[in-house]
Amino acid sequence: MMNKNVNITINGFRVEVKKGMTILEAAEEEGIKIPTLCYHKDLCVAGNCRVCVVEVVGQKRLSAACATPCEDGMEILTNSLKVRNSRKHIIELLLAEHNADCTKCYRNGNCELQKLASEYKIMTQDFLELSPLKNYTIDMYSPSIMKDDSKCIRCQRCVRTCAELQGVNALTVAYKGDRMKIATFFEKAMNDVVCTNCGQCINHCPTGALVERNYIEEVWNAISDLGKHVVVQTAPAVRVGLGEEMGMKPGEAVTGKMVAALRRLGFDSVLDTDFTADLTILEEGTELLTRLKKALVEKDQTVSIPMITSCSPGWIKYIEHLYPDNLENLSTCKSPQQMFGALAKTYYAKARNIDPENIVSVSIMPCTAKKYEAHRPEMHDSGYRDVDYVLTTRELAIMVKQAGLDFEKLPPAKFDRLMGESTGAGVIFGATGGVMEAALRTVYELVTGREVPFEKLNIKPVRGMEGVRKASVKIDNPLEEWAFLDGVELKCAVAHGLVNAKKIMDTVKAGKADFHFVEIMACPGGCLGGGGQPIPTNPEIRKKRAEAIYAEDTSLSLRKSHDNPEVQKLYKDFLKEPLGELSHHLLHTKYTRRERF
Amino acid sequence: MAYSYQLKRVDFIFRNENDWEKVLSTTIKKKPDEIINELISSELKGRGGAGFPTGLKWKLTAESKETEKYVICNADEGEPGTFKDREILSKVPYKVLTAMAVCGYVTGAKEGYIYLRGEYKFLENELNKAIDEFLYYCQEINLDFKIKIFMGSGAYICGEETALMESMEGRRGEPRNKPPFPTQAGYRNKPTVINNVETLVHTWTIFKYGAKKFYDLGVQYSRGTKLFSVSGDTPKPGIYELELGMSLQDFVYEFGDGDTKAVQVGGASGFLVPRKKFKDTAIGYEGKLVGISLPTGGSMMLFNSSRSMFNVLDNYLEFFREESCGQCTPCRVGCQQLLLGIKAVKRGEKPASYLDKLLKLTETMQLTAKCGLGQSVANSFSSIVENFREEMIY
Repeated sequence: MMNKNVNITINGFRVEVKKGMTILEAAEEEGIKIPTLCYHKDLCVAGNCRVCVVEVVGQKRLSAACATPCEDGMEILTNSLKVRNSRKHIIELLLAEHNADCTKCYRNGNCELQKLASEYKIMTQDFLELSPLKNYTIDMYSPSIMKDDSKCIRCQRCVRTCAELQGVNALTVAYKGDRMKIATFFEKAMNDVVCTNCGQCINHCPTGALVERNYIEEVWNAISDLGKHVVVQTAPAVRVGLGEEMGMKPGEAVTGKMVAALRRLGFDSVLDTDFTADLTILEEGTELLTRLKKALVEKDQTVSIPMITSCSPGWIKYIEHLYPDNLENLSTCKSPQQMFGALAKTYYAKARNIDPENIVSVSIMPCTAKKYEAHRPEMHDSGYRDVDYVLTTRELAIMVKQAGLDFEKLPPAKFDRLMGESTGAGVIFGATGGVMEAALRTVYELVTGREVPFEKLNIKPVRGMEGVRKASVKIDNPLEEWAFLDGVELKCAVAHGLVNAKKIMDTVKAGKADFHFVEIMACPGGCLGGGGQPIPTNPEIRKKRAEAIYAEDTSLSLRKSHDNPEVQKLYKDFLKEPLGELSHHLLHTKYTRRERF
Repeated sequence: MAYSYQLKRVDFIFRNENDWEKVLSTTIKKKPDEIINELISSELKGRGGAGFPTGLKWKLTAESKETEKYVICNADEGEPGTFKDREILSKVPYKVLTAMAVCGYVTGAKEGYIYLRGEYKFLENELNKAIDEFLYYCQEINLDFKIKIFMGSGAYICGEETALMESMEGRRGEPRNKPPFPTQAGYRNKPTVINNVETLVHTWTIFKYGAKKFYDLGVQYSRGTKLFSVSGDTPKPGIYELELGMSLQDFVYEFGDGDTKAVQVGGASGFLVPRKKFKDTAIGYEGKLVGISLPTGGSMMLFNSSRSMFNVLDNYLEFFREESCGQCTPCRVGCQQLLLGIKAVKRGEKPASYLDKLLKLTETMQLTAKCGLGQSVANSFSSIVENFREEMIY
C-alpha cells in the first residue's frame, strides 16, 4: 500500500506523492512551507493548533495539513484567500490568549509564535486580551524548569513529549473549555511531581511557556567577583550543539572556539567534563567487574545484575520515581559533572593551592536535569556545594552573545591543564551508546590486556538511533586475575529516551533481563539531544550532532579512558585506586525512593 | 385561523410493542446485504443532527475486513433542549437493543456499547435489567452479541463521536482528526458503527414495517419521522414525533403561545429563526427544497417577545466557552472572544461594528475548527446577531 503513489495538485501544480503522505509532508517535498505550531517531527500528529489549515477544493471546510493524508485527485491550495484569512485569524486568536510581552520573554527571538506573527504581519490587535483575565502564576519551584501558563498556547507538544518520548506523563491536559490548561498532578509544583527535569518539554515548547531556570546573572556576578576563582567544565555534547546557537549548521564540533569563548568570558580555568567522563569509566568499569566477581565467583545473591549507568540525572530521577525497587541496580558512581564538582573543590583546590571556599564551580551542560542534580543534598561531598551553577548550552550561547564575541572568528583554544585532558572515550559520552562503548574499550582491555576486538575501536553495534540496542562481547583468554570471566559473553543493552528505558526496566523488574551492563540516557539520542540543547532539536539534527561526536572521537590520539594521563595522575597523587576510600567518599553516591505522581 | 394545515403526528417510536423477540429473530434470518439495502432505500439519516445516511454507515463498516468491530449507541444526549433519548431508553429500550444486535449481525460486530450520559445515571439500573433479559434471548437464538453500558461523566464534547471513543478508551474526551472515520477506525481503532439512540429506533421501525412505510413519510431528502423536544415559551412542552419536512410556521402555530418571537432549531449548536422567516423555513435535512431547510437533533426552543435575544446568545456562548474541549485554537479562544465580544459591545466598550468582526471570526471557526462543536458555534451566533443586531447593541 505504502509504495503506491497518488496524483495531487498543490497550488495548481501536478505532483505525484506516496500514498499515505500527509498534505504537510507532500508540500514540504515540493518546497512549499505550510506554517505549523503543534506539529513536531518527534511527536505524533495532534492537529489542534489549526495554523496549518489548507483548502482542499470541493470541501466545505479547511483541512489541517499535518493530519490529512493525500488522496488521489486532491486539489490543494495552501495560500488561497480563504486559507490566508483563516490562518491570520488563528494567529490573532493565539496572540490574544498569549501573554505577548515579548521583550520580557526568555524565548524572545526564538519563538515560533512570534515568528508566525512576524511573517503574517499581525500589526493590530482586534481581539480582546485574555491572559490578564486569568490569574496566572509562574511555577518557579523547580531548580530546572519554569512553567509560565500565560505564555502557553495549548499545542500540547510538551504533553506529547512527556508521554511519547519519556513515558513520564508529568504534564497532562487538565480542565476544559476556557479553563483548559497544561498541568501537573493536582497542579502541584514541578519539583513536587514525577517530573524528571529532562527538559525535553522545554526543547519542544514553541513559546516561552516552559523554559529552563537560568543562572546567567549569577555566573556573571561570580566572574566579576575578583575574590572568586571560577572554574568551568563543559559536557561533551555542548561542543556539538553550541555552533547551532551561534548561527552555524548542525553537526559542527566547535570545541576549540567554545574554549576560546569561555576564556574570553572571564572564567579563570576552562576545564572539561570529559576528563571526569574518563574517570567515570574507570570507577564504573571497576564497579562492574567487582559486581560480576561477587555474583559469578562468590555467588553473592545480594549483588544486583545488570548494573545500570548513572550518568543521566533525568534517568536517575525517573528510576527513583518509577522503579524504586531497582535502585540497587544503579551504579553508585556519580555523574561526570558531580565527580568533577567534588574534585574541583578538593583535588583541584589543593593542587592549585586555592581555598575551596573561594572556588565557584560552573558547568555547561546540554541538560536541565543537571541543574537539579547539582541541587541535590547528596552532592555536597567536598564540604561545599560541589557544582554551584549549571548552565545549558543555550545559556552559554546567550552569555557569548552578551559578551559581544564574534564566535565564528574566534581562534580555537585548548582546555587548561589539570582536569582538562580527555580521550575520545570521554567525548562519546555525549551520544547514546557512548558510555557503553567507552566502558567496553576499558573493561575489555583491563580484563584481557588486549584492545577490544572491533575495527578501530569503533563498537558499531552500540551506536545508532534505535531506541533499544543490544550487543555482546565474548571474553577469551583473560588475564589471570580475571580468569573467572573466561568464555563469558558480556551482554549489554543501551536505551535512550525514557520510554525506551521503560522497556528495559520492565524486563529487569520482572527478573528476565539477561544483561550484565545497561546504559540508559534520559533524552532521545543521548546528551546530544538533551533538554538544554539548542532549539529546535529533531531527528535529523540529532543525527548530525552524533556524527560530529564520533568524528571528534576518531580525531583524538587517545581513545581509551584508562590512557588519559591526567586521570592516571589523579589516581597516583590523590585517589590511589578506583573504588578506593577517597573515591568512595567523593565520587560515589546513593539514591532516594520517590512517589509516583 | 389562517392556517388549516395540521402537523402530521405519527406514533412509531413509543408505540407499545411487545414483539421485539420476533422482530429480532426474523430480521437476522435475512442476509446482511438485504438489511443494508433496505436501510439505504428507506433513506434514513442520522438523527443526532449531522444526518449521515445510516445504511451507508452500516455498509462501510460491514465491508471492512477487520474481525474486531463495534456497535456504539450514542446516548450522550447533551445538546441543550433535547430530552428525547432519555424517554426512548426508559420507555422502549428493547427497540434500541434489538437494533444494536441487528447492526452487530449486519456488520460482524460482536460487542455493543451504550454510551450513557453521566446525568442519566438514574436510567442505568433499569437499562441493565433490560440488557440482561435481552442478552438472555440472544443466547437462546444463538446470536453472539454482547451489550454493555459505558457511563459518561458529563462533558458535552463526549457526544462528538470520536471524543466519545477517546473517553471510552480511558483518555480525555477530545475529538480525533478525521479521516479516518469511525467506520474505518473507531473504538479501539477498529471499525465502529456509532448511531444516535433515535436512529437505532428508526431502524427497528424499518425492520418491522419495511422501508417503504418509512420512506412514505416525510419529504424528499428528509424521509421518515423525527422526535422533537419542544421547550421554551410553549403551553405544551414535551416530546412529539412528527413527520419531517413541516414548515416552521405550522410548528409555531401548533406549539407557540401566540407571541412567538423566534425559534431555536437544533439547540445551542443550531439556528435561530426569527418570526419573519418562519414561513420560509422547513425542518429537515439540507436538500434542494425551496427555502431554508434546517436539520435538527430534535431540540425546538420557542422564545416569546419577553425574551432578550442578547441573553439567549450570552447563555449559549457561556455554554460553549465551558464545554469546548479546549484543544483546538478556533474553538477554545474563539468562544471566549465571542462571549467577551458581545458583552463589550453591549457595554459600549466596543463599537457596533465589532459585531461584524465577530461574525468574520465565526466564519473562520466554521472553516477551521477540529470538530462539529467549534464549527457549529457560528450557527447560533450568526443567526442571532444577524437577525437581532439591535438587541445586541442597545
